[in-house]
Amino acid sequence: MEFITADSWTDALRIKTERPGAAPIAGGTDVMVELNFDLRRPEALLDLSRIRELKDWDVVGGSVQLGAGVSYTRVIEELADRLPALAMAARTVGSPQIRNRGTVAGNLGTASPAGDAHPVLLATGAVVEAESFERGVRKIPVEGFFTGVKRCALEPDELIRAVVIPTAAGPQQFSKVGTRNAMVIAVCSFAIALDLDARTVGTGIGSAGPTPLAARAAERFLAEELDWDALAVSEAAAHRFGRLVAQTAQPIDDVRGTASYRKHALEVLAVRALGWIRGCA
Amino acid sequence: MRLELTLNGKRQVATDVPANTSLLNALRDHFGLPGAKNACEQGECGSCTVFLDGTPVCSCLVAAGQAQGARVGTVEGLADEDGLTLVQQAFVTAGAVQCGFCTPGFLMVVRDLQLRARGRTIINLDDDEVREALAGNLCRCTGYEKVIDAVRAALADPDVPRRSVGASG
Repeated sequence: MEFITADSWTDALRIKTERPGAAPIAGGTDVMVELNFDLRRPEALLDLSRIRELKDWDVVGGSVQLGAGVSYTRVIEELADRLPALAMAARTVGSPQIRNRGTVAGNLGTASPAGDAHPVLLATGAVVEAESFERGVRKIPVEGFFTGVKRCALEPDELIRAVVIPTAAGPQQFSKVGTRNAMVIAVCSFAIALDLDARTVGTGIGSAGPTPLAARAAERFLAEELDWDALAVSEAAAHRFGRLVAQTAQPIDDVRGTASYRKHALEVLAVRALGWIRGCA
Repeated sequence: MRLELTLNGKRQVATDVPANTSLLNALRDHFGLPGAKNACEQGECGSCTVFLDGTPVCSCLVAAGQAQGARVGTVEGLADEDGLTLVQQAFVTAGAVQCGFCTPGFLMVVRDLQLRARGRTIINLDDDEVREALAGNLCRCTGYEKVIDAVRAALADPDVPRRSVGASG
């Protein structure tokens, strides 16, 4: 295996075109596990961690353009006001050491159904900016990004440049079920983002299907039922919302939990999230 | 692969480092520093924690080549000729060390906590903050209570920041 250091973004794109089999590595918190356990033997590692262009975030037209190299620690420290749910999710990622290295773009590249950032990216309507040397930038709405278990819409010559996440336009929540408060792969997770101007609801479900999922029926239901001034719903409507979220999930039984537990827990998380949001009114 | 690091403040070079290996293996097998421990190799346990350009990371999850030219601080850089740092001594005094395998990792994250706590009244670090800082480090012997006792004792000591220079890289 070869180790290739990309010194600039253009350099990285050119190398990825010439060597589509090269595995991109930034924080390494997923890639290195696979190498350490010999689960994967890429022909080369393409190190993106030195690329200055990826290390910044910027606010562009009401959205945060989050560079692919920004760590979870920085999301927590620098973006909790603009992207509250993403910061909440980031706080649940691994441990301080993992958050110091891991990135939202890396989470996307791995495309695990359990990735902590994914439900938030779905709930907020984020867009993945992929780029190739020959075809330029392609904007992929996150809902179309996940194509299967650990599969995503990236072409072999593409790299993730940034993730564009709309700045919060209302209350947001993220919660996750696990056995500890740290170092936990989600048993299931749930994110919600309200847009008070458009009066729309966004949701995301993690770790309860082959891909992260948005609960569209639940979103439409809540948008109708919610008192948008008090941010309140009737108890019956809250539980209906919870059930609609649970019905969207397509969980399986695995080592972390059973399918029926995941559905139950998602309903609980969704109802609780509405309670927390009411506290924001 | 030739790997050049500023290791505990000194420029060091290793040759023939495999391209697919981790910083952890490079430190242990090519730079002769076995302080960072190899346990889980997946970032679960924190035993391999080192400072990479001033930031605590799991060295098992850093490709060796990613550390090219970087400042790396390991547990070997904590103590000096005057002896143990007060954090290290606090671990000994509190009985926070049993088998000792996790101890290097804990010492590195406590060092980081200490640095981040600078400028605050460090005695006010509450248990939640300490526990959060240690959340990425597993210990199967102590049950953590003695570790937390040691951290509390060390960080409450106003001499600690002055004494513990070194391995922050």
